[in-house]
Amino acid sequence: MKRKALVLLLVVLAAGLVGAQATEIRVLLANHPYGELLKAAIPEFEQATGIKVNVESLQESQLTTKLTTEFATSSSSVDVFMTRPLQEGKMFYKNGWYAPLAGFDFSDFPKNAMNAANFGTKSYLVPLVTEWEVLYYRKDLLKKAGIRPPTTFVELEAAAKKLNDPATGIVGFASRGKGAAAVTQMSSYVYNYGGLYLDNGKAVFDAKPSMDAIRYYGRMLANYGPQGSTSLSWENIMPLFQAGKVAMWTDASVFYGQIVDPAKSQIPADAVGIATFPAGPKTNTPYIVVSWGMAMAKQSKNKDAALKFLTWATSKDLAKRGMLANITMARSSVWSDPEILAKMNKDLVDSRAFAAKNGFPYDRPYMSAVGEARDRIGEVVIASINSAGAAADLDKKAKDMAAKVNELLEDTGEAGQ
Amino acid sequence: MAKTGFIDRHFQILAPLPAAIFVVVMIIFPVAYTLFLSFTNWNLTSGNPLQVVALRSYARVLAEPRFLAAFARTFLFTLLAVGAETVIGTALAVLLRRKFVGKGLVKLLLLLPLVAAPVAIGICWNLFYDPNIGLANHMLKLLGLGTLKWVYDAGTVIPSLAIVDIWQWTPMITLIVMAGLAGLSPEPFESAHVDGATEAQILWRVTLPMVLPTIFTAMVLRSIDGLKTFDIIYAMTGGGPGYASETLNIMAFKYSFEYFRMGQSSVVLVFLFLVVLLFSLGIIRLQRISER
Repeated sequence: MKRKALVLLLVVLAAGLVGAQATEIRVLLANHPYGELLKAAIPEFEQATGIKVNVESLQESQLTTKLTTEFATSSSSVDVFMTRPLQEGKMFYKNGWYAPLAGFDFSDFPKNAMNAANFGTKSYLVPLVTEWEVLYYRKDLLKKAGIRPPTTFVELEAAAKKLNDPATGIVGFASRGKGAAAVTQMSSYVYNYGGLYLDNGKAVFDAKPSMDAIRYYGRMLANYGPQGSTSLSWENIMPLFQAGKVAMWTDASVFYGQIVDPAKSQIPADAVGIATFPAGPKTNTPYIVVSWGMAMAKQSKNKDAALKFLTWATSKDLAKRGMLANITMARSSVWSDPEILAKMNKDLVDSRAFAAKNGFPYDRPYMSAVGEARDRIGEVVIASINSAGAAADLDKKAKDMAAKVNELLEDTGEAGQ
Repeated sequence: MAKTGFIDRHFQILAPLPAAIFVVVMIIFPVAYTLFLSFTNWNLTSGNPLQVVALRSYARVLAEPRFLAAFARTFLFTLLAVGAETVIGTALAVLLRRKFVGKGLVKLLLLLPLVAAPVAIGICWNLFYDPNIGLANHMLKLLGLGTLKWVYDAGTVIPSLAIVDIWQWTPMITLIVMAGLAGLSPEPFESAHVDGATEAQILWRVTLPMVLPTIFTAMVLRSIDGLKTFDIIYAMTGGGPGYASETLNIMAFKYSFEYFRMGQSSVVLVFLFLVVLLFSLGIIRLQRISER
């Protein structure tokens, strides 16, 4: 009798364990508008499939740290996670932390977007959100000064000079200056001057075209930018814009929703304009990148359930919901959906169309040691801002930093690729 | 019955065992493992497994000018912050000895910075220090003085951060010194009064020399934490502008969690460990000398 009861207990326990294992997955999301949207929609997924989802959500750099720490110790229980293809994609792929997604339907994603998702012949992540560089401006301030939205760097500088008014505390121009954070937004300036950060696995940001752009950027911020630019990133500039202190701001397209949100911004929505990024002397190819994607962990023990979640979270239906919440999604089809287009800001849609056609798919040096490389390039940006682009030793500094970045490429076996 | 005998016989080993296990697992093992990692070239961005490379990581870190700058900055920040905290903290403790109206309330208000969360402190002070919309520059303008860039300029960032640290931790020194003062015997003071000494003479010749050991203890405790300060620096500047507020701890964090160079960050941490150890021993030495 006692033995039968014991066997019965063990069978029930085993069934319980097996049952529990088959229907629970662990998902890590970022503190990003799309992450918030997913969190709210997860109960629908749980009801439809019976799979329980344990969600955790973190700020982006802490997310990278947590994922790296867990995957590096090979004892992770993470199944699906949001990932930044350009920041950690190469490193995660090299360490074998992404699961290859064979058989996934990628037809609705533009080829540009798949650049960051493919390694070799396979795809390892699904693009979620795209962003591109735009020029936010105050329609009312420009109208008052009698200026049209700038379309070239020359016009941008002239406009910034005219709009800059220390007496009323309005700065003519703002953009990120905080070292590594500035590298992504300065990239479009570099491209439009005909420069690049990396070319064929070698650092080329110390060459003339890139240096011209870096000097222009430093000059603009030193002369017409907010005080302490070298410590400002988007989280510092956005409150300044929302408080009405900034006339023009170049940054990623994702912030539009927040600067017109009446709960956060003192500027009425109809006073905020979005213009296509201005052209440089050589060309107009602002960045358009997949800022966030979603991937499955190679170490996942619930690959079937994880794939179900991944497919649902990156589906067209959810992408549509994201678009209606002003989140700029990666899927092509939602950008030609008339119902969505009717709701989105027309200028935002136009700027995207331009970037999708002409833009460059990277906003930073695409390499595994990108964190450190961004800091190094950031040193040159800071030196440029501190000297208004006129430092005599700026070229030497750039050469030294390029040498350091080349060293990083060699250390990680990516030189010359 | 047999079980009780076992515990009785081995009580000397079993009693401290939980604490010993804790120390080994949580303190000795991580320190030893960090020391081991400092002799490797483990770098997660390379995708290669770690290799033991003896002193090569040490060579690379020491050759990096950024490391030597961080080393110097750690000392500068700690000397500024702890120095000011000790002087101000002791002065406050002496002032709070006498009874006055509202003493309880003043003590409570003094304690508040100590119990506040460091990151919240960092965020509030950042807003305070903002050169465009912050209160600090606003106050300077009201006083007719020029504005400063506070944490937004490489030249003023370390003193600005030191001010935040002083604001937060001076109460701790005050509390410790107050406890020391309360423990002093009243006889020397009575003799001094009888001999006709002035208040200032009593303060300098009697009070302070007697409470000096307590002050040194407070200094050691505060220095150990001060050298390792991370939370306010990370929350306020992240080591910036550029690397201008990067101390050894911040540098180790960047190397570990942004650059993923585990071998080299372990080298930085080994140096930080040695710095804290030697600094504390140095202060204790100073105390012994002052007692003679």
